[in-house]
Amino acid sequence: MDECVIRASNLAKWFGEGEARTMAVRDANFEVRYGEMLYIVGPSGSGKTTLLSMVSGILKPNGGQVTIEGRDLWAMHDDELADLRLRKIGFVFQDYHLFPRLTTLENVAIPLILKKVEWNEALRRSMEYLEIVGLKDRASLQPVKLSGGEQQRVAIARAIVGQPDILIFDEPTASLDGDTGRKIVEFVKTRILNEKRCIIIVTHDSRIYEYADTILRMEDGKITGVEKNNLHEK
Amino acid sequence: MSGIFKIALRLLVNDKSKFTALLVGITFAVFLMVMMLSMFTGILAKSCAPVYNIGARIWVMDPAVNNTISSIPMPDYVLSTARSIEGVNYAVPLYYGGAQVKLKDGTFQNVTVIGLDDSTLFGRPELVDGKIEDIFAENAFLVVKDAEYAKLEYPKVGTEFEINDNRGVIVGLAKVASSGLFGVPTLYTTFNRAITYIPSSRFTTSYVLIEPKNPSDIPRIQREIAKIGYEALTSEQFVKKISDFYTFKTGMGMNIMLMTAISFIVGLSISGQTFYTFILENLDKFGAMKAIGAKGRELISMILFQAFFTSLVGYGLGVGIASTFMTIAKLRLPEYAAQMTFGILGFALLMVLVIAGVSSYIGVRKVLQIQPFDIFRG
Repeated sequence: MDECVIRASNLAKWFGEGEARTMAVRDANFEVRYGEMLYIVGPSGSGKTTLLSMVSGILKPNGGQVTIEGRDLWAMHDDELADLRLRKIGFVFQDYHLFPRLTTLENVAIPLILKKVEWNEALRRSMEYLEIVGLKDRASLQPVKLSGGEQQRVAIARAIVGQPDILIFDEPTASLDGDTGRKIVEFVKTRILNEKRCIIIVTHDSRIYEYADTILRMEDGKITGVEKNNLHEK
Repeated sequence: MSGIFKIALRLLVNDKSKFTALLVGITFAVFLMVMMLSMFTGILAKSCAPVYNIGARIWVMDPAVNNTISSIPMPDYVLSTARSIEGVNYAVPLYYGGAQVKLKDGTFQNVTVIGLDDSTLFGRPELVDGKIEDIFAENAFLVVKDAEYAKLEYPKVGTEFEINDNRGVIVGLAKVASSGLFGVPTLYTTFNRAITYIPSSRFTTSYVLIEPKNPSDIPRIQREIAKIGYEALTSEQFVKKISDFYTFKTGMGMNIMLMTAISFIVGLSISGQTFYTFILENLDKFGAMKAIGAKGRELISMILFQAFFTSLVGYGLGVGIASTFMTIAKLRLPEYAAQMTFGILGFALLMVLVIAGVSSYIGVRKVLQIQPFDIFRG
């Protein structure tokens, strides 16, 4: 856990102008290393999601810099940025955002399709990842026929099918009951995280804090504390 | 097909209710547009039937004439003048008028009588029964065996009838390229018999038909005819004049245009609204795709593919249903006036592409506006 993948320096983001300006994130500095599972935690409105969006190339900061493997993220053109997200970053959204009219297998294949992988090959590879998340037998079903936990695992399969270095989870347990949430995060920690990958999770679910390697605490747009979790350190 | 289009296709067709609504809207619009325009084209074709059937290159007429039925008789000097113009190969008179035939049960049936030049029989129809030279026999008439033939109680060669209190005899059954617009049977006879049997004004020549020696002679012939106050039109110009009359001076064209516009608006409304709903329903997923790494142009191509795929399938269905409807209608109603042309198909395709373009434009705007950050914010 020594190679730095993401480095955020003096990140700032505000919305609105003049008197209506609201500071969402101010002076945020942190690093994420390969093999690390980093949590961004804090109350609603503390700027967690904004910070996550800036480091994942989705929301342009008003100040500061984000580098991924040394490359300045926000110096890239839109297409370059989209390419980087496609090849380097996997997203698991809070509401999963699976296409209800596609099968589970087709949903998982989307990043490969976007990478121009041939259709049958994309489906073949996606099936392997559905097997990893234990849903091979659900491949032909539409997501609406799956439970919340299963949909979460489909979203994880979709996030990892392109073998990204960075995984971004937005409130992964928000739509799940406590037990399922813990199982999902445990699964991610033991099966998905490895020495060539880092995971950033935004959450305010304290029941899953035990799986974090590092916890960034945020309040009012500022990082107020950084905790290292020795219990699960590799 | 590339993977992204396969995804787009599955998203579209797996949403069966919306896909069906889109298809129904477009199919219905295409069906109505094609039907309206085909009927109008059929009506125009029938209104120009005598021009096609007689087949003259140049028609000389009074400038006030705007369709074949409303011919205004011309004095004999028009024919003489036409024959004297340099570049005229030959010129013949044509009688075109109406008469009443008394049927066996005593009722009267209106007929159109065409009187052909006695010496040349220029413009004679093709016979399916009888011999053309019999038209010179006493009281001889040819009857056109078309959709209106039954109205004369299926006369055969040798059938006698009464026309304007004169005796007539059918000496041949003819077929023509197109039957007339007004559902009236057509009889052919010689020019002289026609003007003898049918009461007319001082002048008797309805049209003078001219065959030029060369196409290059046509402008000169038209100029010379214009000098005596008449109008010489090529068959194409005459067809256009008749078409313009029905299109712009009878209200028929305006009504058909309105119906076509309404069909277009109905199709656009249904498909536009449904497609917009379809895009809205999937908007967050498109946003998620953007976050994952889809480029704007890839999402645009997906939406355009969906819109144009639906439109072309709807177009095919609409044209197919319209063709089937017309075929069945023509089998049941021989006088049914509808004619599908490549021009109509092209126009309907253009309108469908406009529907697809407008529908997808709304969707594309929405998808381009959604930001991946909105997905994170929920």
